[in-house]
Amino acid sequence: MEGFLSSLVSVAFHGTAFGMILYVISVGLSVTMGLMGFANLAHGVFAMAGGYVLTSMISRYGVPFPLALAIAFATVGAGSVVLERLLYSRLYTAGDLEQVMFTIGLIFVAVAVARMIFGTLQQPVLLPAYLTGQFPLLGRDFPTYRVFIIAFSAVMVGILWFGVERTRWGAMVRAAVDNRGMAQSIGIDTRRLFTLTFALGSGLAGLGGALGAEIIAIQPTYPFENLVYFLIVVAVGGLGTLRGPFVAALLIGIADTAIKYWYPQYGAFLIYVATIAVLLWRPAGLFGRQHA
Amino acid sequence: MSAHAGGYGAVPRIRWIEGLPFVLALAAFFLLPEYLSLGARILIYILYALSLDLILGYAGIITLGHSAYFGAGAYVAGILGARLGVTDPLVQLVAAAAAGGLLGIATGAIILRTRALTLLMLTLAITSVCLEIANKATPITGGADGLSGVVVAPILGLFRFDLFGKTAFLYCLVALLLAWWGARRLIYSPFGASLAGLRENAARMHAIGAPVYWRLVLVYTISTTLAGVAGALITQTNQFVGLNVLGFEAGGELLVMLVLGGVGRLYGAFVGPLVYLVAQDFLAKQFPEYWYLGIGAMLIVVVMFARGGILGIVDAVVRRLRRRA
Repeated sequence: MEGFLSSLVSVAFHGTAFGMILYVISVGLSVTMGLMGFANLAHGVFAMAGGYVLTSMISRYGVPFPLALAIAFATVGAGSVVLERLLYSRLYTAGDLEQVMFTIGLIFVAVAVARMIFGTLQQPVLLPAYLTGQFPLLGRDFPTYRVFIIAFSAVMVGILWFGVERTRWGAMVRAAVDNRGMAQSIGIDTRRLFTLTFALGSGLAGLGGALGAEIIAIQPTYPFENLVYFLIVVAVGGLGTLRGPFVAALLIGIADTAIKYWYPQYGAFLIYVATIAVLLWRPAGLFGRQHA
Repeated sequence: MSAHAGGYGAVPRIRWIEGLPFVLALAAFFLLPEYLSLGARILIYILYALSLDLILGYAGIITLGHSAYFGAGAYVAGILGARLGVTDPLVQLVAAAAAGGLLGIATGAIILRTRALTLLMLTLAITSVCLEIANKATPITGGADGLSGVVVAPILGLFRFDLFGKTAFLYCLVALLLAWWGARRLIYSPFGASLAGLRENAARMHAIGAPVYWRLVLVYTISTTLAGVAGALITQTNQFVGLNVLGFEAGGELLVMLVLGGVGRLYGAFVGPLVYLVAQDFLAKQFPEYWYLGIGAMLIVVVMFARGGILGIVDAVVRRLRRRA
C-alpha cells in the first residue's frame, strides 16, 4: 500500500510536470487556431526551435540558464513573426488542405535544417547546479528541475490568464475569437492582433520546448513525433480557450505518465483511443463551443 | 489533359491520352529492366494515391490517416503469408481489401459525422492507434523488426514472383489498370457528381435531400478498400511488412505525393508518385537532408503558387499555347 501510494504521488508529480510543458507549448496553438482557424501542424517546429536555442546557448556560449530561457522565448517569437508575415498570412483565406500541406512542408524544412545544423543526435541539456538534485517537499524528495518546471509554468499560466482575461489586449483577442467580423467592424485591427498573438503563442511554444528539453528530447524529428500530442491537447481541450487546453494537457500528461508507468505494453494506444472517444462525444473538445 | 472533375456535364469517353500511363509503364517494363522493383513501387503508390484522391479530391475529406488502411491491408497480407500459411496472392489480396474496407466502414461511419479539425485529428488518431497496435503486438506483427519471410505462391499457380520483379511489376500494373477503370467509372457516374457536390457545398446537398453522410461513408469505404489492396501489393512485392506503412509520416507522405501531382484530377495520382518516388530514389540516398529540405520547400511553393500541382501547371501551359495558336 505504501509503495502504491508512493508511486501514485510520483506519477501525479511527473505527469503534472509533463502536462505543464504540454500546456505551455500547445496553448498558443489553441489560441491561434481559435482566432484565425488556421490548421497549423507546424507548431511543434517552434517548440523544437526553442529547445535548440536553449541547449546551444548554454553549451556553446555558456549563457546562464534563465537568460537562455528568455532568449529562446524572444528569438522564437521574433522568428515566428517573420514566418507569419511572409508565409502564413497569405493562406488565411485558403482552404484547410492548403494550410495542412503548407505546414507539413514547413515541418519538412525545419527537420532538414535542424539535422544539417545540429546532427541527428539528441541535444544534451546542461542544467545549472541549483536546478539539479533533489528538492525536499512534505517529507519526500522530488527532482528539483521538475519542481521548477511546475512552479515556473504555473506562474506563466497565471500571467497568461491575467493577460487574456484582464487586459485590453486580452479583451480584443477574446472578441476576435468570438466574432472576427464584428471585432473588425468596431475598429479592432485583427491582422495586427493576430500577428502579435501568433508571436506570443509561438514564443510560448519555444519557451515550452526549451523548458521541457529534458522531458521531450530535442532532436530533428521532434515536430513529427510530438505533433499528435500537441494536437490532442488542442482538439480535446477545445479551440480558442485557455482553460480547455490546460485541463486537457494535465489529463494527458498524467494519463500518459501513468500508462507508461503501470501499463508500458500499451504505449500511447490508450491515449489515442481516449482521444477518439472524447472527440466523438464532444466533437469541439471538452471546453470548446459545441457546434461552432 | 484537362482536369477530370467528373459530373453530369463531362464526357465519359476515354481519350487516347489517358492510355499514356499504361503505355509508358509497358515501355518501362521492356526498356528499363533494372528498375522494375522501383517501377512496381511506383505503380502501387499510384493505386494508393488514387484511393486518396477519391475521398480528398472528389469528396473533399481531408485525412492524415489514410495509411491506416494501407497498413491494415499490408499487415493482413503479411500475416496470412508469414504466419498462417495462406500463400495464394489473390486470396491475400482479397483479404487485404476486405480488411481495408471493413476498417474503413467501421471508422468512417464514426468519424465522418465530424468535420474540419476534429475530422483531421480523428484520422490522425486512428492511424496512430494502428501504428501502436502493430508496434506492440509483436507476436503477430513482428513489432519494430517488421514481419519478414512473407510467402507468396505463384499467381493462379502459374506466374512465380521472380527475382527481377517482372511478375510483380505486371501484377501491380494489372491491379492498377482495374482500379483506375473502376475509379474512373465512379467519378463519371451520378454518384461521382454527388461527391463533387459534397465537396463544393455540403449544406446545399443536404438541402436538396442528398444522403450526405451515407454517400461519404460509401466513398470512404471504397477508397479504404483500394488502399487495402495497395497495402497487400506492397507486402507481396517486398515479401516484408514494416512499421513504416503506418502512422502520420506515411499518411503525410502520400498526401504530399498527391498534392504534388494535383488533387481532384485523377491523373495527379499518377504524376505525383512517379515524380516523388523517382526523385527520392535518385536523391534521398545521397543527400537525405537536402531531400527533406527540397520536398518541404517544394510543398510550400506548390501551395503558394501552384495549387493544381504539376498537372495544374501543365494545364495552364497548354491553355496558354492553345490561346496563342
